[in-house]
Amino acid sequence: MDSVRSDRNGGSSRIPTALKILIAGGFGAGKTTMVGSVSEIRPLQTEEVLTGVDGADDLSGVEGKTTTTVTMDFGRITITEDLQLYLFGTPGQDRFWFLWDELSQGALGAVVLADTRRLEDCFPAVDYFEHRHIPFVVAVNCFAGARAYGAQDVSRALDLDQGTPVVLCDARDRDSGKEVLIRLVEYAGRMHTARLLDSVG
Amino acid sequence: MPADTPGDLHWLDHDAGPVVRPYAMTQGRVAPSGSDFDLVAFVVAVVPDGLSVPGLQPEHHAIVAAAWEPISVVELASTLDLSIGVIRVLLGDLRSAGLISLYEPPAAAQPHDVDVLKAVVNGLRAL
Repeated sequence: MDSVRSDRNGGSSRIPTALKILIAGGFGAGKTTMVGSVSEIRPLQTEEVLTGVDGADDLSGVEGKTTTTVTMDFGRITITEDLQLYLFGTPGQDRFWFLWDELSQGALGAVVLADTRRLEDCFPAVDYFEHRHIPFVVAVNCFAGARAYGAQDVSRALDLDQGTPVVLCDARDRDSGKEVLIRLVEYAGRMHTARLLDSVG
Repeated sequence: MPADTPGDLHWLDHDAGPVVRPYAMTQGRVAPSGSDFDLVAFVVAVVPDGLSVPGLQPEHHAIVAAAWEPISVVELASTLDLSIGVIRVLLGDLRSAGLISLYEPPAAAQPHDVDVLKAVVNGLRAL
């Protein structure tokens, strides 16, 4: 038993670095689907039980109720033994914004899933990430039957900052989801490089 | 008259919700002792489970057993079917007792290393 433990403490079981990516978007935009299609593990859910939080359910009439439950989806992609990506589907309801603050802390970036039939649903997510300077891409989930718009149209309609990528995708398709993540990470790299250059220039 | 069958207990399924109120496991505490844990911080048990430390609950033991290999806080919560808030309080107890080590994600504080991002892109392409 001692030898096993000294092995572990000697570093044989290394601690991976975990990077967070947020998957945001309006209700029904395909967040859960996308987390599921790219995750190597069955997408899991976890609950955050909230206690007496401002903005939680209106308690008038049910004053005995002091907690409310939010469910978050998450998935994982192992890049190497030392590097893992965690994908978090953000809770959809506006009143859980404060959970986004925790999720976006140290996040590599975000994917905002958009449904062109209800484009306005993703405005809050776009605003959120723009204001916090968190790199994000807009992924237009091409639902069957949805009228096809070009990436340019969506970019204009959302009034995105110049350079913010817009990608057409199918949230059900693993390769399509992977491509969205690649575009996001490349974009995050460009943004960080630009900031580094700004800070020395 | 129908006989009692196990079917009579069907109402007590997952959808019925927890039998124990979540924060009963933490004696009502909602914040961990010491600093908070990131969702993707990694937990590793320092000692094998089975140690008799007074005051530990079954959930504490379950965490130590699940964290024999490094596991992230969020996966721990999901695996043990406990809410994030509850897991954090219990992890705080275990940290205070010296039974687990916690590794915060190094990236949480600083901008991401461009080399790491390149590795992520290459890794995603290779999947």
